[in-house]
Formats: sequence, C-alpha cells, structure tokens
Amino acid sequence: MRAPRLDVDALLDDPTTGIIVCCGSGGVGKTTTSAALALRAAERGRKVVVLTIDPARRLAQSMGIERLDNTPRPVSGVQGPGSLDAMMLDMKRTFDEVVESQASPEKAKQILENPFYIALSSSFAGTQEYMAMEKLGQVHRQARAEGTHDLIVVDTPPSRSALDFLDAPERLSSFLDGRFIRLLLAPARGPARLMTAGLSVVTGALTKVLGAQVLRDMQTFVAAFDTLFGGFRQRADTTFALLQADGTAFLVVAAPEPDALREADYFVDRLTDDGMPLAGLVVNRATPKPFADLSAEEAIAVADRLRERDPASLTAGMLRLHADRVRMVEREARLRERFAVAHPRVPTAVVPAMATDVHDLTGLREIGRLLAADLVDP
Amino acid sequence: MSDWPRVQLHVVTGKGGTGKSTVAAALALALAGSGRSVLLCEVEGRQGIARMFDVDPLPYAERRLARGLPDAGGRAGQVHALHIDPESALLEYLAMYYKLGRAGKALDRFGVIDFATTIAPGVRDVLLTGKVFEAAQRNARNKDANTYDAIVLDAPPTGRIAQFLGVNSELAGLARVGPIKAQADKVMALLRSPRTAVHLVTVLEEMPVQETADGIAELRAAGLPVGGVVVNLVRPRDLGPGALEEVRTGDVDRTAIAEELTRATAGVTRELVDSLVAEARDHAVRRALEDAQHAVVAGLGVPTYDLPRLAGGIDRGALLELAAIMREQGLA
Repeated sequence: MRAPRLDVDALLDDPTTGIIVCCGSGGVGKTTTSAALALRAAERGRKVVVLTIDPARRLAQSMGIERLDNTPRPVSGVQGPGSLDAMMLDMKRTFDEVVESQASPEKAKQILENPFYIALSSSFAGTQEYMAMEKLGQVHRQARAEGTHDLIVVDTPPSRSALDFLDAPERLSSFLDGRFIRLLLAPARGPARLMTAGLSVVTGALTKVLGAQVLRDMQTFVAAFDTLFGGFRQRADTTFALLQADGTAFLVVAAPEPDALREADYFVDRLTDDGMPLAGLVVNRATPKPFADLSAEEAIAVADRLRERDPASLTAGMLRLHADRVRMVEREARLRERFAVAHPRVPTAVVPAMATDVHDLTGLREIGRLLAADLVDP
Repeated sequence: MSDWPRVQLHVVTGKGGTGKSTVAAALALALAGSGRSVLLCEVEGRQGIARMFDVDPLPYAERRLARGLPDAGGRAGQVHALHIDPESALLEYLAMYYKLGRAGKALDRFGVIDFATTIAPGVRDVLLTGKVFEAAQRNARNKDANTYDAIVLDAPPTGRIAQFLGVNSELAGLARVGPIKAQADKVMALLRSPRTAVHLVTVLEEMPVQETADGIAELRAAGLPVGGVVVNLVRPRDLGPGALEEVRTGDVDRTAIAEELTRATAGVTRELVDSLVAEARDHAVRRALEDAQHAVVAGLGVPTYDLPRLAGGIDRGALLELAAIMREQGLA
C-alpha cells in the first residue's frame, strides 16, 4: 500500500488556502514543520503569519520572536516576493485580553484578580489550546479586515494527546456555562428553593475536599464572569466553524514511531468525523534510505568476516551502520504502510531526518524543500 | 550495585518523543529482580503500558504484568501495573476518607467529578500522586493489599513535572486549608524525601537537553529530589573517535575499502562503497552533535545512564534488554 503524495507547493500556492493547522503528538517536530511551511509559502509569494506555541530558543531567536509579546513581528531574511511575520502565544495574556474586551473595566479588574481565575487562566489543562484558537480567530479577523496576511500557519500546543487540541475549547466553554457552574451560582442569586438536597450534598462534599475558601473564590468568580459566558461560548463556536470552513487545511504531523503514528491515526479519524478539512500527513525525521542495495543480514555477515581478520576494521563499522540503517528504514516503512492501509486516501509527505538540528532560516528552507519534494516510499 | 539503594519511588519524566514510558517500563523490570516486587504506574490515560506489554487495557486496579529481569542466580521478581485515572482516584478518596458512597455518585451526576478532576487546577495532580502515595505507604499491616519494594511512576513530561509534583504550591493559592491541602502536604513530604528520585529522560538533541537542564533547575527550586538523567535512543557506537573524524573530514581511502570488501564478499561496486561512505558521513555528523550534547548532559552534575536506540523497535524482549543495561549501569 502506497500513500498518495502530499503536494505541499500546490497547497501553499492555492490562494484559497487561508489557514494551515499543524497538529500531532508532542516531540514530532510540529513547530519546525509550521515554521518551514510558513517560510516556504512566504518565499513563494504569500503574505504569511505563523503562530507558534513553544519554539526552541535558537529557532525563536533566528525568527526574532524570543519575546512573548503576543504580537506578530516581521521575520527578516525572507527571500522572495512574499512576507513572513511570526508570533509566540502568551496564553495568559490572550485570556486576559478577552476578558478585558468583554467586560467593563472594573468588572474585568475584579475577574483578573480572582485567585480562581488566575489558576484557571494559567494552568487549566485546556487553556493553552483554547487560547491558541482564540488567537487564531483574532489574527484571522485582523488579517481579513486589514489585508495584512493571506495565510495563517498555526502550530498547536504539545498536548498529552493530539486530540486535546480539538476537545479543550469545547471542554472549557462547556465548563464556563455548564450545569455545575449554574448550581454554584444559585446560592449567590438567592432563591433558597434551588438548594435541593442533591446540591447541598454536592457543595458539602466539595467543601470537605477543597475547603470553604475555594468554593467562595469560585462563587465570586462565577458571579463576576456570568455575563461573559455567552460571549466566550460564541467566540469558541465561531473559531470552531472557521476550522471547518473551506480555506482551512489540517496537516497531521508524526514521526515514524508507533506512538506518534497511532496518535496521527486517531487524529485523522477525529478530523474526518468532525468534518474538518484534512490536507494530509507529514512524517518527519524519516531515516534516509541508503542508495546501495545491500541487505542488513548480508552487511552484518560481511562485517563479521572482516572483523575476524581485523577487529578495528573501519569498513566493518560502516557495514554495521548500514545494517542498522536498513533495519530502521524497513521498520519505518512497515509502520507507514500500516497507516496507509487504514487511511488509503490521506496524502503523505515524508521528510528525511537531517544530520544537523534546525535553528535558522537556512535550515527551515531546507526542511521546506524536503517537504515539497516527492519522497514518499523513496 | 544500584546508585539509588534508598529510593522507593522512582518518578520518570522526559520530553515528548524521548521514550519516557519505555524507560519507565524497563526500569520497573530492572528493579524487579531477586524476588522484589515492583509497581509500575501510569497517570496520563494513554494505556502505554498495556500496549508495550501487549495486554488488555489496564483498569484502576493493580494487575500482575510481567516477571522482572532475573538476577545472576536466575531469580526474578514480579512487576504489577496500575493505570491511575483521576475520576476513579477521587471516588476512591471520597469513599476512603468520607464514606461518601451514594453521595459520590451524586457528585458524578452533577458533573462535579469532571469539574474537580479536569478543571480545578492542581486537584487532579493531588489525586494522581495521592494514589501513588497510598501504594507507597502500605506495609505488612494492610491486609489483602499488595506491598511493593519499589514503585515506578511514568509521570507527565518534563515541561509539566515540577508543577505536577509540586502540587502543594499550586494549591496554596487556592485551597489554603481543607482536607485536600492536608493530603497534598502528606504527599509532598514523601516526594521531597530521600525515598523519592525524579529521573529525566532525554535524547541527544538540543531542545530536549535544554528542557532537561531547565527541568532539573525547576525540580531543585521546588525542593524535589533529582535522580539521574537517562540518555535514550543513543545511536550505534560502531565507529571509534578516530574513524569518525576520518569519515567526517572526507579523508577515507575508498580504494582500500573496496579491496577489503572484495576479500569478504562478491559483487562489490563503486556504488556500494560510495553509499557506505556517505552513510558513515551522515552518521559522523550526527554523532558530533550527539557528543556535544552529551558533554552538556555530563555537565548537569547528576549521574547519567545511556540506552541504545534499538533498530527493531520496542517489544518485551527489547524492554528486558534495556533493563539489563540499566542494572549494569547502576540505575536499578
């Protein structure tokens, strides 16, 4: 089973492609892929902004975004007709800005100082994902209004599981206007009849577990936040619709490892189920196939014979390295083949591992070139 | 001889993609020698243990998983596995401390369990570490309960580890008093004691090594005991330093290689020699970067352990192979 080839340049050049979302499990090179795609698109004439979450320090420096200031900054050194801006997401600040834009100044102050809000906005497991989507919505609106950008490339947070990214906004917004919050609000609003037996058990148990102070902070927060719920919900819905629209393309990024490809497999299913526009799969860090056609077994056998004569033989060492590489290539091909059997129509781009780390525009340009080259089942 | 004889709780963390779960599983096998009993816990809902050992998905209950790596006398111990999810841990916690049987179910109906475990920051982590704490505190007086000589926790990634283990300070701003705070304090006492070691898994690339250094600094700042750095997925060491240098600078004698090959096998082509030299050069370039990162790791001031990248992937045999290397190097 051979996967169809992902035509990266056609995707980047298509003027109707407005948003590219790179998703996948942690440690597969999403940030590098996002940056490389953004640079390639810019050098091919697009006006691009790339939204990154947590780039490696040197990569961030080379793109001029080592400061977390939540604003797109131009990247210098782009060759060609387009332009590239980059920004790094500051999740707490994005959350604060939403609150400030939705509430009166004094109410916003009240919310921003609430201990429960501070904890929620800085460490809730889904906040980063939610805020990445919120920022995407903002950048998109601005790009459309001012014509600043015609392509947005989004890197997604390093979630525990790739699926968190799609679920978290929904989880957070359903929490913010959920049933439990309404129950919590009830005492603040007064009518004693709402204090059903069930609820008193609930608040009683929560007080036992968390202590009364936490409940009080939460109630204060919920009361202040009440009028904002609708706004939050609506924003999350709008962004979700934006992701489903034509013009958005999801790229699932993986490494040729069982765990990463399993996550990619779940993600492809999930995107399909949710009607999200899936553009393809990018398999990073593939072991490059050697051009000599010598099997691993044969290489080891020859190496053993050479070592009998000369234990320090350089050639024997090279043959053993060759055998190791052939085994890696075979194993990775098997893993990709399994994926292709499950998803025969998902276009795939395979990017061979580079011998060196990528931390400048030259490296990104090279990754972009490899992404666009036809290397599926080389 | 283990470098960590006093440690009962081994916490294993690492950046995504470094193989932290593999290392945790191999460490559990390595610790389970000579009749010792080990518990391997996972807390991230991934069922990675079940997949690695090719068993059915694990429930919230301790299950026999595998025999450990035998000692020199052929005596092995037993590894049990436990999948800890916060919902079950909360219900168990409520049942244990508050006799909240029916009320616990009511909580579930109101969405409170979901709320408390996914939203209320820190509470989730206290529940997860609290269960590990409970298993670690057991002794012979606990009837019908397994007791363990060692516990291995496959923990959240390096970027979140100090926050995960340092739940105490996380909670301080929220639950200043109350039972969950008291529970968090007890857990912290174990986590900060010499009975615990937090091992960090890395690969020899710039970003994971940097994260490891940051992680060590964060753990130290939080008063948590740093264990060793496990350098995983180390490339083969088939070429010595001299050979690597020769290959990297392009200073190899292709004719000599071709002659040597011809003595050992038939059908040697120019293409084969060129391919071998090119592959070796890629490898040498990568090795130079690895060596530079290894020097950074060595400078972190903690014991380091090297595990090879196995070309065949990870199965039970591979886990035992890694376990044997860990024991040899003194991690277990």
